[in-house]
Amino acid sequence: MITRSEMSQLLLGRLSWDAIPFHEPILLWTFVAVSLGGAALLGAITYYRLWGVLWRDWFTSIDHKKIGIMYVVLGLVMLLRGFADALMMRLQQAVAFGGSLGYLPPHHYDQIFTAHGVIMIFFVAMPLVTGLMNFVVPLQIGARDVAFPFLNNFSFWMTTFGAGLVMLSLFVGEFARTGWLAYPPLSGIASSPDVGVDYYIWSLQIAGVGTLLSGINLIATIIKMRAPGMTLMKMPVFTWTALCTNILIVAAFPVLTAVLVLLSLDRYLGTSFFTNDLGGNAMMYVNLIWIWGHPEVYILILPAFGVFSEVVSTFCGKRLFGYASMVYATVVITILSYLVWLHHFFTMGSGASVNSFFGITTMIISIPTGAKIFNWLFTMYRGRIRFELPMLWTLGFMITFVIGGMTGVLLAVPPADFVLHNSLFLVAHFHNVIIGGVLFGMLAGINYWFPKAFGYRLDPFWGKCSFWFWTIGFYFAFMPLYVLGLMGVTRRLNHFEDPSLQIWFQLAAFGAVLILLGIGSLIMQLLVSYLRRESLRDTTGDPWDGRTLEWSTSSPPPAYNFAFTPRVYDNDTWADMKKSHYRRPREGFIPIHMPRNTGAGFVIAALCAACGFALIWHMWLPAAVTFVAMLVATIAHTCNYDRDFYIPADEVARVESARTRVMAAAHV
Amino acid sequence: MSETMAEALPEEVTPVLTTRATGRAEVPQDSSRFYLAHEHHPENGTLLGFWIYLMSDCLVFACLFAMYAVLGHSYAGGPTGAELFDLPLAAVNTSLLLLSSITYGFAMLEMQRGRLPGTLIWLVITGAFGAGFIGIELHEFAHLIHEGAGPQRSAFLSSFFTLVGTHGLHVTFGLVWLATLVVQLGRRGLVAANRRRLMCLSMFWHFLDVVWIGVFTFVYLMGVLP
Repeated sequence: MITRSEMSQLLLGRLSWDAIPFHEPILLWTFVAVSLGGAALLGAITYYRLWGVLWRDWFTSIDHKKIGIMYVVLGLVMLLRGFADALMMRLQQAVAFGGSLGYLPPHHYDQIFTAHGVIMIFFVAMPLVTGLMNFVVPLQIGARDVAFPFLNNFSFWMTTFGAGLVMLSLFVGEFARTGWLAYPPLSGIASSPDVGVDYYIWSLQIAGVGTLLSGINLIATIIKMRAPGMTLMKMPVFTWTALCTNILIVAAFPVLTAVLVLLSLDRYLGTSFFTNDLGGNAMMYVNLIWIWGHPEVYILILPAFGVFSEVVSTFCGKRLFGYASMVYATVVITILSYLVWLHHFFTMGSGASVNSFFGITTMIISIPTGAKIFNWLFTMYRGRIRFELPMLWTLGFMITFVIGGMTGVLLAVPPADFVLHNSLFLVAHFHNVIIGGVLFGMLAGINYWFPKAFGYRLDPFWGKCSFWFWTIGFYFAFMPLYVLGLMGVTRRLNHFEDPSLQIWFQLAAFGAVLILLGIGSLIMQLLVSYLRRESLRDTTGDPWDGRTLEWSTSSPPPAYNFAFTPRVYDNDTWADMKKSHYRRPREGFIPIHMPRNTGAGFVIAALCAACGFALIWHMWLPAAVTFVAMLVATIAHTCNYDRDFYIPADEVARVESARTRVMAAAHV
Repeated sequence: MSETMAEALPEEVTPVLTTRATGRAEVPQDSSRFYLAHEHHPENGTLLGFWIYLMSDCLVFACLFAMYAVLGHSYAGGPTGAELFDLPLAAVNTSLLLLSSITYGFAMLEMQRGRLPGTLIWLVITGAFGAGFIGIELHEFAHLIHEGAGPQRSAFLSSFFTLVGTHGLHVTFGLVWLATLVVQLGRRGLVAANRRRLMCLSMFWHFLDVVWIGVFTFVYLMGVLP
């Protein structure tokens, strides 16, 4: 017979009331605030009877545009959490000098820097990038949806539930204290026996499956579903960068999956992959995780490059300078990103020849990247530049990113790296390229495609406030870290002895406050734009005088994107169509074949997250039950053969003539 | 410009008129050259997508092979491959899996001829071979663990169990998938969706075969070398 305590062990594992951080006032108040905010949100949804709408039109939607928007919303929400962590760190480092220990004990501080890194990369940058690709790519290639619409919904929910697990760790248990890549042996069971690393592992595994599947999905979409006439060298540059990014995702994320499985085996079954004893080798972990990790940063930056290419060409009213060289540069970066991983740990001691090889390949990456910068500059040269918001972010990027790129080349020199390794110089460098590159790119993209997604432009005043606060804040927050890094200050410290350093940290904290104002302005921008949506309304579908296919349809586009599949003759298809006096078809509509919504993605991903939670807490019985339930739900989903339907021609005609009326009214 | 356009135009479209004097494209009277008047059905991407998934899975195995390559001689004073591996058993196991690939091929031939019963029979035979393979593998694992050569014993055994076990787990999922498909085939017959699924499982099954040849060579055969 199973005794009562054994039963509770099977059911609850190591979960008990001790896991709830009642003794941490910061967490407790956060919890209270989050609960109140969450209750208010849920209450409002219930009061306005929005659950049905949310479930039918959004959660179960397999429309790539809605999924793209949900990804971006996820990214922006998680940005708030990730930035809260950043602000706490900046404040701690600005005050914790000499006698003052600051307000964050090491135990808590270590969780914060880990969570900050994990959240910003996996749950801010990745969802923003995936969201933009999801929204834009099918529109740019003239497709009705992605190749596997159900899989797209499932991927989104896997990413979201992964993010949910990280958030849960704030209030139930704790997060990893290992740094964002969880190097063993620190992340092994001997040094990190609690649930932090397990939260890390399972949230990344679950989100990683989502990312991998969405990568496969978008590759198949781009390869198979381009409009007739769109050869590879006629694809818009953003679609090209999306293709390369998704190839990188498919080639890199399995490595992350594998290495995290091995770490879990070490932690759960007592194997010896990365242990110090019984023949394990911790450096294998570091190698493998960077074989994923380095391509990962290119996964993030390539779509940002794509956004800048679209923006520069649109707002200079010119064809992009050097289209072919842009494409080749993207492909070269894709390949080279695989040959540089060792530069993250020159100090491993792999010898002069190995370090030289990886140092040189790293420096070579600056060549195609530099080619891109020159292409953008030459596109601007003699163009009629319109300084709209997307263009501002692009200019901010071009200056900021070049600085980050140059410090990167500096770090690629192995002897210099030996001095700067693990210092704040490195921290300054990667924030320089990720904020100045990826984040500015995503904000340029959001400002650029927002009118397409919602039918009205974003407010320029608050947008400009956001841009200037972000940019100036960035320089204040990270230039001091370059100085500190050169002076030898290492990263991840929560207390300093030398009072002469304090002023630099205070400057950095001031920069973080400016960035806070930038984020506040961004929220204001969204709010004000919504309130002023009638005066910001775009009735044309083409508010920026765009050049690619997404601007040929209405804003927001109908569910089927294009009433008729476009034919493509030129790189800048829509510019070509406008030049040729293209007229929208008004009649002869035909039924359109579309995929059907399904809740299966949500259900399977939720079961997956439940299984992950059970595994984190060693709740073996619930883990087994949810795992079996997941299998059953998947098989049940495969038994559904009724996955598509036709939008009747009458319905298409109704939607299209409504648009004709709106456009006619706008022209009067 | 008009020449490059004419090249890009599919046959059914009338080419744009050009004026002799300028060589430029005239404004077309009809915008329909910019869209298809009929519903466009892009080629189904499932097989390509599944192929890409298999390549990503191949990378998971590549990592496990790399781990085995690095840690395969870290015995930590414990037993070596030469002491542990039972080659005749591994050979039997290998032949079971290779035969299952052949029988899956027969199932696909039957599918192409549109014969449901034949397809089902060969699928069941394939499943039986697969189950035999898993049975022998479990027996081998149980035997090793019983002898004190479990995955906790040394880094060599950790990487051995993980590499071989991951392959076994894949075969197990393949069996679950196969059983599901047999039921779905019984209920709906050889409809297009089921044929596509059979093609995917076929690729999966043969892929596992290829991986196993790597495992057999790299782990078992090279493991018993002196």
